Amino acid sequence: MNPVSNQSTARIPSAAIRTPGRFLRAALPALSLALVILGIAWLNPRAISYFGLNLMLNLGIPVALATTAQMFVITVNDLDLSIGTFVSFVGCVAATWLRDAPALGAIILFSAICVYATVGAVIYLRSVPSIVVTLGMLFVWQGLAILILPKPGGKAPVWLHDFMNLRTPYVPFPVLTALAIAALVHFGLMRTSYGAILRGSGGNPNAMARAGWSLFKTKVVMFTLAGIFGVLSGLALIGLTTSADANIGKGYTLLSIAGVILGGGEFVGGRVSPVGAVIGALTLTLAGSLLNFMRISPDWQVGAQGAILIVVLAARAVINRAERRLR
Amino acid sequence: MRELPVNTVSLDGVEKHFGAVRALAGVDFAVRAGECVGLVGHNGAGKSTLMHVVAGTLIPDRGRIVIEGEARQAYSVVLAHKLGVRCVFQELSLCPNLTVAENVHVLHPSIAGWRWRKRAGELIRGELEEIFPDHRIAPDAIVGDLPIGKRQMVEVARAFTVTKDPLRLVILDEPTSSLDSHRAGQLLSHVRRVVAAGASCILISHLLGEILEYSDRIMVMRDGLVVASDNATQFDRSKLMTAMGGAAARRMRLAEQIIATPRGTTAVRVRAHPATQSDGIHLVAHEGEIVGLAGLSGHGQTEILLSIFNGATRRVPGISVTDPVALIAGDRQSDGIFPLWSIAKNIGIRSLAALRSGYLLSSELEDRLAERWQKRIKIHTPNMRNNILSLSGGNQQKALFARALGSEAKIVVMDDPMRGVDVNTKLEVYDLIRAEARTGRTFLWYTTEIEELQNCDHVYVFRNGRIVADLPRGELSEELVIQSSFQEGTTP
Repeated sequence: MNPVSNQSTARIPSAAIRTPGRFLRAALPALSLALVILGIAWLNPRAISYFGLNLMLNLGIPVALATTAQMFVITVNDLDLSIGTFVSFVGCVAATWLRDAPALGAIILFSAICVYATVGAVIYLRSVPSIVVTLGMLFVWQGLAILILPKPGGKAPVWLHDFMNLRTPYVPFPVLTALAIAALVHFGLMRTSYGAILRGSGGNPNAMARAGWSLFKTKVVMFTLAGIFGVLSGLALIGLTTSADANIGKGYTLLSIAGVILGGGEFVGGRVSPVGAVIGALTLTLAGSLLNFMRISPDWQVGAQGAILIVVLAARAVINRAERRLR
Repeated sequence: MRELPVNTVSLDGVEKHFGAVRALAGVDFAVRAGECVGLVGHNGAGKSTLMHVVAGTLIPDRGRIVIEGEARQAYSVVLAHKLGVRCVFQELSLCPNLTVAENVHVLHPSIAGWRWRKRAGELIRGELEEIFPDHRIAPDAIVGDLPIGKRQMVEVARAFTVTKDPLRLVILDEPTSSLDSHRAGQLLSHVRRVVAAGASCILISHLLGEILEYSDRIMVMRDGLVVASDNATQFDRSKLMTAMGGAAARRMRLAEQIIATPRGTTAVRVRAHPATQSDGIHLVAHEGEIVGLAGLSGHGQTEILLSIFNGATRRVPGISVTDPVALIAGDRQSDGIFPLWSIAKNIGIRSLAALRSGYLLSSELEDRLAERWQKRIKIHTPNMRNNILSLSGGNQQKALFARALGSEAKIVVMDDPMRGVDVNTKLEVYDLIRAEARTGRTFLWYTTEIEELQNCDHVYVFRNGRIVADLPRGELSEELVIQSSFQEGTTP
């Protein structure tokens, strides 16, 4: 699960050059997830079972997808404040048109992805801060969601509901899905050659432009990917909840940003980790269950998520400082 | 093919302007196949701009670019790469978040598909081994984790790697700035090998020894023009210095109206010791003095100005400052103006305490201050309440001068404040600075333009964060300033 564990290069003494800090930092997200799971296991050993994990991690899947969407945007040094209401919008479309008129529903969702691509294009061409544009889009998606479903209702398409409630043998479905998302995005962003270009345009945009790469293209690609994963997140959420609500994805914006950062990503500089982001999303989801088992009111859930974030970031800062002192 | 002295790359009459500043004033330039051209010149002579034009990252306003005998229209980075023109820029252009191998792919899009990392890694490892034997850099190391010297080695080696496009010309802009002498020697020997194999190289360096030893031909730039170009054997260190500084006879004219105050008669206002200075030399500024800070840019001048500025309000080791300090920033867009505010507000911000009536700011006092300085410094605007961006660059800079001079500060530190300012404004401001110094103000003036040092009573030349020359105004000469800024660390 270590996102930056590398293929070994036998002939060069690379271990001397690579820092132990890099491994520790990369291991932090996995460590925090393990701690939360251990906490749950200690409080209620029966929760760590096929059904228990299924129940606890179910809602982690849409969060993980939204976090991945956010991570694409953060890779190119932008921030997407609209992902939460976008998930709500997708949920409303999925629970209404996608069930009643699948073709129309699909067209709407496709257009929504095109809007995301356009947002990326506008941010690049007009060099407006992404926060401004996506803050505007936050209200657009919210408004559209309320227009579609003024009050909670609708019903998930049967195929979607069936897919999200698959019973896989031995390993719970949410665990498999999380692994699949992490592996797919890790391969695409961290292993392919164009993935390196995408990350590079977050790391040193000037250098990329000087080498002849189009920053316009990388920005549009990243926002399109964010749109696609936002749609997947909304669909997954509706498949689980079976009905929709215009506010269903409300908490996702901050949760997704927290997930990316918790997973080892940084706001600027193209330093992100897809595997870490998925782990971060699951950790934040499981924190809710842990509180339940501790008999603490769900009202404290957001506070607990914040506490986890602070602890992990503090640990990261300590590692960084120790590393600097070693140099 | 190679009997004729074919020009690999040539430029005809290339001009480039940045606002009012003419960076290139019609440069003719040619590099032949199989030669290494050394390019020297003082700060702002236009070397880097010229290289950006050759590399395709800057489009010239006028002029022709000819590569392999063909005039290139729509010349761009992509075309430059295809034609085999590579550039190692002065500021590092690797992506710090990617691995060494991934950075190689950035330059070579053709390395893609199955096992691309391994191929890119092998390419760069081979090149590194050829240039810098025993380099100990793993292709899968993340660039940001490498020390700066190794980063520069990677960047230089990357520029020499070849995939499907040929390697015709490599531009090295200060390639040895972060390398120790051993590694620098390895690199420069490699340059000779590459040149012997028929490729060409442009070498920019402020280490004149490197230039003299390793180039076939040397070009000297000054004020956006190539002022000298000849075989390297025709030059020596002093000839190069003379060419960089203009005609040999051109000693600095000392502006006669200033009567130099003998040092030590007035009170000491600033005493500063650069953090990296090992000997006991201090930067000292007395009341009523204009003290110049010279040397190549980025050699510690801005840092010491900032620590003097900080030293006025809190304790900074090695710095003692007796009076309030005002700072005039050189990079006016990012450090100087408040772009959303009016001219008057931009001037008043340094004097808020004086502009108060009761507990509130008085816009009447603010306007009065602004109008006083509009008259004094001649800011050309119908109304001082207009937005600061309605002014031309030179007038914006005047507003920044008004901000500092209108304040109560007895010490004014200036961080190359005349960048991109037109000549007339400069002359007006020089007069103003001298007039203010006569009233007892102290100025610390970092400038990259040697001519501006004429206005100073005393000049300190900086190199590598240390004061290397301490010149009273009687001893000041352009040659001496250039000589001390270019002197090498190792004795020549």
